[in-house]
Amino acid sequence: MTTTPVLEAIDETLETQGRPPLNVIYEWLTTVDHKKIGLMYIVYALIFLVVGGFEAILMRIQLAIPNNHFVSPQVFNQLFTMHGTTMVFFMGMPILFGVGNYLVPLMIGARDMAFPRLNAFSFWISAFAGMLLYFSYIGGSGLYAAGSAPDVGWFAYAPLTSKVFSPGHSTDYWTLAVFLSGVGSIGTALNIVTTILCMRCKGMKMSRMPLLPWLYLVMAGLVFVAVSPLTAAQIMLTLDRYLGAHFFDTQAGGSAILWMHFFWIFGHPEVYVLVLPAFAFANEIIPVFSRKAMFGYPAMVAASVSIGFISLSVWAHHMFTAGLGPAGNTFFVFATMVISVPTGIKIFNWLATIWGGKIIFAVPMIFMIGFLFQFLIAGLTGIMLSAAPFNWQLSASYFVVAHFHYVLVGAIVFSLFGAFYYWYPKVTGRMMSETLGKWHFWLFLIGFHLTFDFMHVPGILGMPRRIYTYEAGRGWDTLNFIVGVGAIFQAAGTLVLVYNMIHSYYKGKEAGHDPWDAWTLEWSVPSPPPSYNFAIEPTVSSRRPLWDIKHPEDPDADYE
Amino acid sequence: MSLIAGTAFAQSPTNIFDPAGTPARSAFGLSMLVLSITLAIFLIVAGLLLYALVRFRHRSTDSNREPAQIYGSNQIELSWTVIPILIVVTLFLTTTRVILGTEAIPKPASAIDVTIIGHQFWWEYRYPKSGVVTANELHVPISDPASPTPTYLTMSSADVSHSFWVPRLAGKMDLIPNRVNTMWIDPEATGLYLGQCAQYCGTQHAKMLLRVYAQSPQDFAAWIEQQNKPAQQEFPGNAAATEGQAVFMKNACINCHTVKGTVATGRFGPDLTHLASRDTIASGPIQNTPENLRKWVEDPNTMKPGSLMPAMHLNDHDLDVITAYLSQLH
Repeated sequence: MTTTPVLEAIDETLETQGRPPLNVIYEWLTTVDHKKIGLMYIVYALIFLVVGGFEAILMRIQLAIPNNHFVSPQVFNQLFTMHGTTMVFFMGMPILFGVGNYLVPLMIGARDMAFPRLNAFSFWISAFAGMLLYFSYIGGSGLYAAGSAPDVGWFAYAPLTSKVFSPGHSTDYWTLAVFLSGVGSIGTALNIVTTILCMRCKGMKMSRMPLLPWLYLVMAGLVFVAVSPLTAAQIMLTLDRYLGAHFFDTQAGGSAILWMHFFWIFGHPEVYVLVLPAFAFANEIIPVFSRKAMFGYPAMVAASVSIGFISLSVWAHHMFTAGLGPAGNTFFVFATMVISVPTGIKIFNWLATIWGGKIIFAVPMIFMIGFLFQFLIAGLTGIMLSAAPFNWQLSASYFVVAHFHYVLVGAIVFSLFGAFYYWYPKVTGRMMSETLGKWHFWLFLIGFHLTFDFMHVPGILGMPRRIYTYEAGRGWDTLNFIVGVGAIFQAAGTLVLVYNMIHSYYKGKEAGHDPWDAWTLEWSVPSPPPSYNFAIEPTVSSRRPLWDIKHPEDPDADYE
Repeated sequence: MSLIAGTAFAQSPTNIFDPAGTPARSAFGLSMLVLSITLAIFLIVAGLLLYALVRFRHRSTDSNREPAQIYGSNQIELSWTVIPILIVVTLFLTTTRVILGTEAIPKPASAIDVTIIGHQFWWEYRYPKSGVVTANELHVPISDPASPTPTYLTMSSADVSHSFWVPRLAGKMDLIPNRVNTMWIDPEATGLYLGQCAQYCGTQHAKMLLRVYAQSPQDFAAWIEQQNKPAQQEFPGNAAATEGQAVFMKNACINCHTVKGTVATGRFGPDLTHLASRDTIASGPIQNTPENLRKWVEDPNTMKPGSLMPAMHLNDHDLDVITAYLSQLH
């Protein structure tokens, strides 16, 4: 018996066939169901992924050859600003919140999030923020006819954002979009924390909770501390621009460094806000496809919590070239290097989980293998950047761009793609095609390595980021061309994914409750889960309740 | 990949692994240490991972039984916590030594001082001891270890943040408005060292290039002496230049540019007193030839879109004589 009883007699969600489209739209617009909100987050983020990816391809065309005139400098500067802002605030955060929204209640045996209406509010305010950002292309010029989309870079350093250097309204759209997205993020974080702390099913002590909710708990805690200063800074910037305040206005005695602190006390924990969910997916997928329990569960929890705390004390490694002086630099070198210890513990525990298992190379698992190797490399280039004198050379160069894309794409996006293939059957009731999944994996893997391996080298050869063109003869030409070719492979791989998702929705093989023979609670309910998730609140006595049911002779509860 | 990287390394004039000064060399030494440690870690961890993936793959001959479930081991967790801590402490101490060796050593009395002011999108250089003011092409003496003459750069900005990065000489340092930063360089050999602005500063961030001319002490002294002279004002036998000077002084050029010894005392744009002695215009991307100069004065935005210098709407004759004048400012 691997399922909880379903009371089909009261199940309204089964009657979705043949209703008028307006009713369906109305239901989605007004829903407070965590699964529907989660899916809307994901779809919304995927649209922005395509938009942000398109912007990246335009930039790569411009940089493929020296002295190119494909786009003007103004357009190029808008492209990298919009690409960065889109990918961090309107793709990365929403998609991870969406997956969390969908999975956290199912994995802890709850029927919804703690605050369903706040959940809907948070989603819609974030969605509005994204539309506001792109509305700047139409409304940003204001009275000055000065540009349209924001062009201040995604970290919008002061005083480039002040009224003098950034007339018109493009920067205001950026500020408002980031501010509103921050409000949405804090709402969702509050919801995730409360849900995890208060709504776990019977028997699920914190020490029996799956690692995915654990990581989402740490991630949501970080959102409180990290997003609030950024949101506050947006208000200060608006006061500067419209009410004559002088927080960041250097012409009137304000401080450019103050903005850097505000931005990076958000910006660095933000990296962990994005990467902790990627760890969360790995923690669920790697054990199932290795057929072994997670190695060192308490160490993994401790490492995640300590990453959360340490990540709050490393932000000024983004400011090694701002002239903080030897004492400040030394402190942030130490804090940054120390974070590699808990991160290393995670990699070693994943390795130990695989060790002695029977590894099944299904599509979710091969994406996780990509994640492991690429996250290892990203961590090691991170250590290089943490050594301040090396950083003085590498910061703001293409080496940094390559490093953080290794984290964001090589680790986070690979893990996210693995999660798509893993949970898609649960969400839709159908399997995705394994063949197309492997095509997606190999195309994306080749594209990723062509783009981001070769991108490190121009940085070492002195190529700064955010330049719209460069001269021949600096040794950058061939490398930039290869980087551009890789982008095409990545785009092709993504198209295969989109096709696979749509095709499988209609034609995929029926998945059943538990296609991967997995162990956590979400696999005990039908696919897709009914709106109430669990007809009867489950009771658990270990970290792997379905293992206990499948192996009554050898339950986990005996060992924990 | 290493082949392509290798050829690129050999060609690039801005390679951080080809240091030509003390700060760049000490960063290079540290980076080699960090690279070898991280490479060793990569080989060990990736090797173990690869071995595990092959050795523990599911085989078709396997029974359907689940493998032995192992939940963890405190001894093993302890070992892969302590060993990384030891590596971190080693790296941290080495890094600290290099930081202090670059940022916290006393300035020698023989040092040359230069004040750098960043502008959208060019560099202003001022030599406080001699009073020389120039733009975009920095001249410094080489530094002999026996009697070091490093150049100390005092850095600020007139508008937004910029960053000074000449990879073969030193790591970068930001020029931040309403704040003073310092750094030093000590080129070992004469020659031209290239770089460019490394902090996004607006539309033309890409064409805010850096050129550092390292000269022998004699050549540097001669350069200072020549730059210290006021601008030439008599152009015997060159009617065009004489007329060009008059046109220049009657137009708005003088509001933004300085030509020492004349009524032109503006500071918003580069000092033009010895413009003709410079190899490039527009902060590096354009060769300083009369044709380019004429095109630039006609409309800078055709050559460097986003440049803050406006087109002056001069007629062809005025453009010709102004070019003749500017070409004489040696």
